[in-house]
Amino acid sequence: MPESTNRTGHALPPGAKTLRFRFNGKTYTGLQGDTLASALLANGIHFVGRSFKYHRPRGIFSAGSEEPNAIVETGTGGYAAPNVRATEVELYDGLEARSQNCWPSLSFDMLGINSLISRFIPAGFYYKTFMWPRSFWLKYEHYIRQSAGMGECPSQPDAEGYEKHHRHCDVLIAGAGPAGLAAALVAGRSGARVILVDEHPYTGGQLNDRRNSPATDNWLQQVTTELAMLPNVSLMLRTTLSGYYDHNFCTLLEKVSDHLPPAERQDCRQRLWKVRAKQVIIASGAFERPLVFADNDRPGIMLASAVRNYINRYGVLPAQQLCVFTNNDSAYQTALDAQATGAQVKVIDLRLKPDTPDANSLPGLAQAAGIQIHWNSAVSAVHGKTQVKGVTVHQLSDDGRNIQGPGIRLDCQCIAASGGWTPNVSLFSQARGKLRFDEEQQHFMPDRGVAINPNISAGACNGRFDLAGCISEGESAAFLTLDALKISASKQPVTQPPADPEDQPVHLAPRILWAVPCDHPIGEGPKKHFHELQNDSTAADIALAAREGFHSVEHLKRYTTTGMGTDQGKTSNVNALALMAEYRRLPIAAVGTTRFRQPYTPVTFGAIAGKDLQNLFAPKRHTAIQPWHDRHGAVMEDAGGWRRPRYYQQYPGESMHDAVQRECAQVRKTAGMVDASTLGKIDIQGKDAAEFLERIYTNRWHTLAVGQCRYGLMLNEQGMVIDDGVTSRIGEHHFHMTTTTGGAARVYQLLEDYRQTEWPELDVYLTSVTEQWSVISLSGPSAEAIMQPLTSQPVNAADFPDMSWQAMDIAGVPARVFRISFSGEAGYEINVPTRYGQAIWEKIWQQGQAFGCVAYGTESIHLLRAEMGFIIVGQDSDGTNTPLDLGMQWIVASDKADFVGKRGLQRNVFSQSNRKQLVGLMPEDASQILPEGAQVVLPGAIQSNDKGIGHVTSGYFSSTLESGFAMAMVAGGRQRKGDTLEVMLLSGETVRVTVTGTRFLDMQPKAAQQEAS
Amino acid sequence: MLLIECPWCGQCEQSEFHYGGEAHLTRATPESDNTELTGFLFLRSNVRGDTAERWFHAAGCRRWFNARRNTVDDRFICTYKPGQNAPQETTDA
Repeated sequence: MPESTNRTGHALPPGAKTLRFRFNGKTYTGLQGDTLASALLANGIHFVGRSFKYHRPRGIFSAGSEEPNAIVETGTGGYAAPNVRATEVELYDGLEARSQNCWPSLSFDMLGINSLISRFIPAGFYYKTFMWPRSFWLKYEHYIRQSAGMGECPSQPDAEGYEKHHRHCDVLIAGAGPAGLAAALVAGRSGARVILVDEHPYTGGQLNDRRNSPATDNWLQQVTTELAMLPNVSLMLRTTLSGYYDHNFCTLLEKVSDHLPPAERQDCRQRLWKVRAKQVIIASGAFERPLVFADNDRPGIMLASAVRNYINRYGVLPAQQLCVFTNNDSAYQTALDAQATGAQVKVIDLRLKPDTPDANSLPGLAQAAGIQIHWNSAVSAVHGKTQVKGVTVHQLSDDGRNIQGPGIRLDCQCIAASGGWTPNVSLFSQARGKLRFDEEQQHFMPDRGVAINPNISAGACNGRFDLAGCISEGESAAFLTLDALKISASKQPVTQPPADPEDQPVHLAPRILWAVPCDHPIGEGPKKHFHELQNDSTAADIALAAREGFHSVEHLKRYTTTGMGTDQGKTSNVNALALMAEYRRLPIAAVGTTRFRQPYTPVTFGAIAGKDLQNLFAPKRHTAIQPWHDRHGAVMEDAGGWRRPRYYQQYPGESMHDAVQRECAQVRKTAGMVDASTLGKIDIQGKDAAEFLERIYTNRWHTLAVGQCRYGLMLNEQGMVIDDGVTSRIGEHHFHMTTTTGGAARVYQLLEDYRQTEWPELDVYLTSVTEQWSVISLSGPSAEAIMQPLTSQPVNAADFPDMSWQAMDIAGVPARVFRISFSGEAGYEINVPTRYGQAIWEKIWQQGQAFGCVAYGTESIHLLRAEMGFIIVGQDSDGTNTPLDLGMQWIVASDKADFVGKRGLQRNVFSQSNRKQLVGLMPEDASQILPEGAQVVLPGAIQSNDKGIGHVTSGYFSSTLESGFAMAMVAGGRQRKGDTLEVMLLSGETVRVTVTGTRFLDMQPKAAQQEAS
Repeated sequence: MLLIECPWCGQCEQSEFHYGGEAHLTRATPESDNTELTGFLFLRSNVRGDTAERWFHAAGCRRWFNARRNTVDDRFICTYKPGQNAPQETTDA
């Protein structure tokens, strides 16, 4: 087992527990408190992955959630988690992690060839190369997909649980650094309900990067303790404000047990909080900006602040020989801390040597500490492929555009680079805030927010980088927030920690070179200047985009894919925009920015789903008769939000075809019953109820007598059929409407719309009663005989004619019985209160046994109604059909003053004779079943490449007809009756069919008709 | 997710509501000419800025109402009951 070579012995608590973990199959040790990244660095490992496009070796680059490179997969089996940042993974005993984007192994990667041919795969390569010939795209895509992508989808179901919670608060504070802590303290002391979140397992933010500041440590501890004691403050650690949405709706991802070994994890791995905050304070800090220099992606090249972070938070010195490459003062603190830890440190500074060096400035202190500083110099070459071995340093020309003089070689295993600081404006941008470019500090910062998302940025994310300034900004942000909330603020000021020697003010302005020169012009030699590590985008790619006219930042982003990785370009964004500005000779402000999108860091699908999985994914709607269906071999299906019997297996293994033919034949022979409880039912009352129906339906309703039922067709304002059903007059001012199962909610909402907004003068009230009634539909020649013994009232056709309804007792239960049928046979729709549904079903079933009555499902409903030529709205129609198209003009009372869709129907286009019309199709080969959706073509159309003229909407085999038959929408179909057409099957074969009407049952052979009667 | 002020129930989450498109359209009647019909069926003003629109409190009181909203920054200027005219305040966005 390799020793932990890079431990300094500082930082982590003395005696921290030693943990074992595996990386790419090898076992290592780390300490309790490490991240995977710090533990790898402690073991001298920088090279952890391959890049996305060129498969170049990549190392750990940062120390936080902005990490673009060190993306690994952790865990195995049901605990596998792809695409996690090694810098965020808290080490636990037994952790397993693997590199991604490499095949067959990290050190020998086949696709590394992409790096050798990189000059042939510039930005936009895929778009340009694989567009021709078009038909080959599918073939190319297969290979591109194989070599692209990040990580592997876990092969086993997730073994862990997730939760979702809702919360409200007065103030949500993102980031528990100095600014966030100060804000939380003020708001908390004032009694506001505060949620303070931080992605780390501890508070303090960059205060933790200090080497030796007992006074600041003490301040941090005091503040954190006070916050923890305040009952109105929730301090949520390991929690990220991942999404900032409208009206201050924020999602927080809490990593509840990711840091524990699987065996010790609780039921919940991660929890997604949905918080509606009255006010938000963003205190999300800043990212260090990388320098764009030759081959700046080699493992061992890190952000200077990250190096300092590893030294001071984890006691890990990333390398014994270190070069600090910088354009500003802040990186000198890294140099000093590394030197103090025993490293050999050299500084390469882009800036000119100041004439009068200030002994108290950071460079002055570094010089005094004996650190060699190369002023006005640049790293012009990086040596080493899988690990930095050294650098070549050159002097810069006066304008900084070229290198000059002889280069010197310096040995080092790590380059700590700093290009200055970028406020972390992601959340402000998610909240629709506009950014502005600060010329003085050369970064984007919050400018103007929107009223619906009240928030204030404080501290480094607002461009304020000194500790005292961050604390006072946090404080004043809280005062403003409390003011807006009308909460009187606590008078107690936040004490500032005493001045600390590490708080050195910046003495020397940064020197901005957006791309650092090397020994060949950028993009014209072997060295690559990456501005974006995760998606492998280089300065040369931006120059290409500028040359080819992809000027808009939105185009630039998509063309070069910069900022489109899982890190959203947190570290790369400003460099990309600045380079574009430079190539276009524009100020950066004129180039603009893209907006940061939710989520801030990736959110697992598990957390988004929470417990809404499998049985809890969606409610199952069962009718009251479900237990009976279960006992009688029902095969269920989903229909309009309900579970419905599709058919009943008489014996295990009975095929759907056999069951449906058996069920239908029995209905036509004696009787069958179907559970129709799912039909939409709307109770309509009021003295204008009839007038309301008159305006909603196409036909007449004032004329319907009490006790009568009528079929109605409903259109939208365009004149298209949207629903149908039978409505019955219960009383003078009382109707019972039925709708299709799937259309119930939609129709009810539509009726409410007209009632409330279009015709508020009508006295009419609507109530959905779908679930109040169980509906049993009994039909067939023997239906009357089955029905009669169950009631004292006569149910024969003379006393109880078709299309009427009667209230009667059925087996002692009050019922509404409707004399209607969807099968063409004599039928009764028996409505009883839902609680009696199953009992009455069973009574009818027992009564029917002497007649061989069957229960049938949705498939048989479809076949029986199709034999009658009854349409199903939504199957035979698709929202683009008028009543005329469906051959139902008989139901349109066009002499009525108005109804929904009347004006729409008057458009000339609807009377054109070549519109698709509903017809029947009979195959010449009676055994053929025409599949739904199959295209209808003229004979010979396929040979001559003609287009189809229609499509099959319903296709079945009918035992009664002894033939397959279908309904179809065919252009000019009614004029084609008797014609022969062809129906195309997916196999490429065609079936010859004859165009007919849709009353199929009337077409059966004479002998059969007589037999049936 | 927006917060919407139902005139009957008060402020509720957007997920309780259904959007109903532009408000104050004049429904075409059999007497309308083709221009009026086209305007009612197909043409929407699609304003950048203050707009009047319809909402339905589907998971609440199940009543329709109108709202004035600024489509640029999603600020609700006001909500009001059907049949009422849109109040005339404007926003500066």
